[in-house]
Amino acid sequence: MNISSQYLNQQSTTGNFKVSRRFKNGFITIVLGLATLLVLSPLISMLYFLVKEGASSLSLDFITQLPKPTGELGGGMANAIVGSLVLLIIASIIGVPLGILGGIYLAEYGNKKIVPWVRFTADILNGIPSIVWGMVVYAVLVIPFKTFSAYAGGVSLGLIMIPLIMRTTEEVLLLVPQGYREAGYALGLSQWRIIFSITLRTARKGILTGVLVAIARVSGETAPLLFTALGNVSWSHNLAQPIAALPIQIYTYAISPYEDLHHQAWAGALILMFLVLSINIIARYISRRKAYN
Amino acid sequence: MNAIEELKNKMFLAANVQKNTKQQTTAFEIKNLKLWYASHQALFDISIDLPANQVTSIIGPSGCGKSTFLRALNRMHEVTDGARMEGSVKLFGEDLYAKNVEASYVRRRVGMVFQKSNPFPSLSIAENVLVGLKLNGISDIKVLKQRLEESLRLAALWDEVKDNLNRPGVSLSGGQQQRLCIARALAVQPDVLLMDEPCSSLDPIATMRIEDLIQSLKDKISIVIVTHNMQQASRCSDRTAFFYLGRLIEYSDTRSIFTNPINPQTEAYVSGRFG
Repeated sequence: MNISSQYLNQQSTTGNFKVSRRFKNGFITIVLGLATLLVLSPLISMLYFLVKEGASSLSLDFITQLPKPTGELGGGMANAIVGSLVLLIIASIIGVPLGILGGIYLAEYGNKKIVPWVRFTADILNGIPSIVWGMVVYAVLVIPFKTFSAYAGGVSLGLIMIPLIMRTTEEVLLLVPQGYREAGYALGLSQWRIIFSITLRTARKGILTGVLVAIARVSGETAPLLFTALGNVSWSHNLAQPIAALPIQIYTYAISPYEDLHHQAWAGALILMFLVLSINIIARYISRRKAYN
Repeated sequence: MNAIEELKNKMFLAANVQKNTKQQTTAFEIKNLKLWYASHQALFDISIDLPANQVTSIIGPSGCGKSTFLRALNRMHEVTDGARMEGSVKLFGEDLYAKNVEASYVRRRVGMVFQKSNPFPSLSIAENVLVGLKLNGISDIKVLKQRLEESLRLAALWDEVKDNLNRPGVSLSGGQQQRLCIARALAVQPDVLLMDEPCSSLDPIATMRIEDLIQSLKDKISIVIVTHNMQQASRCSDRTAFFYLGRLIEYSDTRSIFTNPINPQTEAYVSGRFG
């Protein structure tokens, strides 16, 4: 801003044409600055409200206790926190290997006619609203087995992860210089040996980053869990039964009529936010070092 | 010094005995080699015999098929989509393109060093040298240790890295990295070493070390080197082949190629009038 106003002052001596150009420059700088503020303000205000409303309800009880029956004060979300982690583990068991193997196929094996179509399909899948995934899993896993379950919730999150991980794995593998593969071939190694012992090892940081970003992305998903994991006010000891999850718990508390539950919803949101943020920061930290090497 | 010589001798004793008893002096016997990339023909009807235990240089201007020819010798061109070849390539009498011969077997017998040094970035110096052995199923630690030292000594790198074997291979200087790649290729004990412009990105001192290395290797292994640098070809090779536009123009003793070429194109190229 300083620089542009300085320029505006210098202008007055050097003719109209330049004055208007400097003026335009200053104007655009201000507009862009305002736009940046506008974009950042929801994020900042969201963090502000999360801390303001949620921090007061955060306590050791909140992360170690079960929810109290409606009407009683206190209680926590321990079951939802553990439930979310269980769902993420099931999702990763499905999403990570399939996503990585798919990415390997696209980058290393795929034949030229099929690859563009697979890539295109993966991009379309990445754009599908998450509630649709929930409905698909509801139709495929919930209706036939006649019960909501942790499995169904994990599968719906895992399905969302597959195309995400597949595309990042492909991109990172394509960054590995061809020279390393050729060096492997020249030593008489087979293609799968080269992929698993050399190419994947070279690209491991980039792939790990992609996996973490995908986990962060699905850990906040609520819609697909509504029809699949359903939620649970108590501990779930059986993965074939409904399970609690942070986003569902936040949702149910937020639409309830009780002030105390509203505060608990804020606290839950704060914890969820913290979880997603820390996964993202870890991913950033890993990827800031070179994608390969 | 004696200990080193002894090691080197031991290492190649078996291979040399075999070669000597068969009285073979020809390593590669190549007949009517033609090669296409999709519809573009890169090599035209090349027939040439490359000698065993000598250094053969391939020279010629850019795009003349030197590297393609080299890659046909260990079937590396098969890695490229759409490449196909005709003709026959025999190594010590064995057809490398026979139906029951696998490319990976050929590449273990015919090692290769590339223009751009490419040690694996996720592996240490020692792991880089041994990767070919380990991934081909050799796990005896005694053998691996012995092979590590032998290969690094042969590549004239042992004294520089023996105290830092666990550091990343890419932490070495450019010339050292290229010698590490040579050690990696030698560790699987190939019969032939193909070198595709191994010094083109190195400074003169690193280049000189590699040329010395080539000289010290040649009585144990056959070497084919592609080079842009005619001084290099005349310094370190016994025989020289001149390629132009995918054809073998002239092939003879290095000395006669450079002092008394028969073909006018060869003469124009070696005297620096084109290329």
